[in-house]
Amino acid sequence: MNPTLDQLIAQFTELIGPEAFAAAAAPAVPPSPPAATAVGTTGASPAAGGGVPVAAAKPAPAPAAPPPPLQATQHALKGYDLDARVAPNQVVDAARLLDRAGFAIDAVTGVDWLAQEEMEIVYDYFHPSQSLRMVVRTRVPRAAPELPSISGVFPGANWHERETHDFFGIRFAGHPNLKPFLLPEDANFHPLRKDYTP
Amino acid sequence: MIATRETVSAAPAAQGPQETFVLNLGPQHPAAHGVLRVLMTMEGEWIQRAEPVIGYIHRMHEKMGENRTWAKFLPNTSRIDYLSAMHYTHAFVGAVERAMKIEVPLRAEYARVITSELNRISSHMVWWGALLLDLGGFTPILYAFDDREKILDLLEGLCGARLTYCYYRFGGLYNDVDDEFLRGTRDFVQHLRPRLKMYRDLVTDNVILRKRLTNIGPIDAEMCRRYGATGPVIRGAGVPYDVRRMEPYSVYPRLDFKVPMYPECDSMARYLVRMDEMEQSLRIIEQALDQIPTGPFLAPKVPRVLRLPAGDYSYAVEAARGRFMVRIVSDGKEIPYRVRLRAPSFSNLSLYEEASRGMILPDALAMMGSLDLVIPDIDR
Repeated sequence: MNPTLDQLIAQFTELIGPEAFAAAAAPAVPPSPPAATAVGTTGASPAAGGGVPVAAAKPAPAPAAPPPPLQATQHALKGYDLDARVAPNQVVDAARLLDRAGFAIDAVTGVDWLAQEEMEIVYDYFHPSQSLRMVVRTRVPRAAPELPSISGVFPGANWHERETHDFFGIRFAGHPNLKPFLLPEDANFHPLRKDYTP
Repeated sequence: MIATRETVSAAPAAQGPQETFVLNLGPQHPAAHGVLRVLMTMEGEWIQRAEPVIGYIHRMHEKMGENRTWAKFLPNTSRIDYLSAMHYTHAFVGAVERAMKIEVPLRAEYARVITSELNRISSHMVWWGALLLDLGGFTPILYAFDDREKILDLLEGLCGARLTYCYYRFGGLYNDVDDEFLRGTRDFVQHLRPRLKMYRDLVTDNVILRKRLTNIGPIDAEMCRRYGATGPVIRGAGVPYDVRRMEPYSVYPRLDFKVPMYPECDSMARYLVRMDEMEQSLRIIEQALDQIPTGPFLAPKVPRVLRLPAGDYSYAVEAARGRFMVRIVSDGKEIPYRVRLRAPSFSNLSLYEEASRGMILPDALAMMGSLDLVIPDIDR
């Protein structure tokens, strides 16, 4: 019930799968810095040093090379310790993994990336008996924003997902009650979409 | 008879099927502490299902965050949970300081701790008075507001506001803590200690209160975890989870205080956690008053117009009701790209449907009082 950061890194490396790491590590026009690929190719083993940032080195700012799907971050800089980018169909598995590890649901929210035509869904977790904060994020196409609900794993996510549906129009498949929540009962608008005009 | 799920589910079944009816509690019910509505499917006196209906005072603070600068959004944060304004502004300035890597002077950090803990006591005073009103005791709220008034006077002298304080600034404070405030706060600590003892004798050890709260509204650690309930709710379930310890911020690591924790999981445990917390807050204030150094109260060279480096940042504080987290996303412009406000009352109320199943109505209201809800905090 009290996982270490390294155990979490190993479990998430397995969950995300080698293909995603390979895709992120695939050299864009300039070769990406070696630090960013360390997690993808060798798992977490070389970084097993008591919470030392694994791949805190961000890709060079030049062309947007995709960031590594798993980054250990410094809490003092970011406010969380581990940041995982998963596929939309992996969010439930990620929630189950964190449920088994004793994490609690903190919040679920969306971010509308209008320019990239994507919606990002961010899941925050905290651990009730340990100083460990975890962020799981995924992106869905803006034209069809749908992904599975984690409310079966964490019932507390029920309300957060309803709120995210209100504000962004993101549909959570399998959610028991995706009615307007904070907005009026007949609301058919999503105010936090970047193209929303009142 | 003490209402537990077992006794309740057994009771109606013995008499064969019963008709149910829907009871609409609120949105202006006095026990709901604001415009909260609860749709209750009742089986006689027993609650079969209680569904909170929220959003009546939804103000869309998160959208407001996306159409004004970082500094202009700051006053909004004190209006989310208006009883716990200091903590909420602390989380927001903390997130921005984290992104900008602003070093806050030590004097300002100590002043933040002193004002935050004063605010925690004043918030718990309101909860205490209101809970006892719910339970039918009218007198305590008059005592609570008498003491709370002294805190409001102190904070008003400091920043001009009595409720929606906007005292913290990116990199420090709006103005320095003066000697009058420091002396007044020391006097207040001396004043409140015997008063808390009187509260204990007068109310906490009162047999009626004990009977109304003991073994009522069980919320265990596992339920807190699955719903993300924090603050006195999770500490009343035997888990010493406190953001001041788990994700230390400001100068809390330099101060010696206990995290009150009771393993009974009932409404009385949550009550006792808050009563103990007031004493711990006094301890923290006293130490901070002894340790507060002289020096600047605002970091130098904080730009007037902030452009945060692109990326996302989060900052959590222990507010009076639990974990309050701000998650901000910046795209490098003057205006936030996204501001997410994670409110403790929202998560604490979300477990109400499961926890109230099978309770009788007066007990469910006592449990709601022990959750210490602030509705604008839920609706944001």
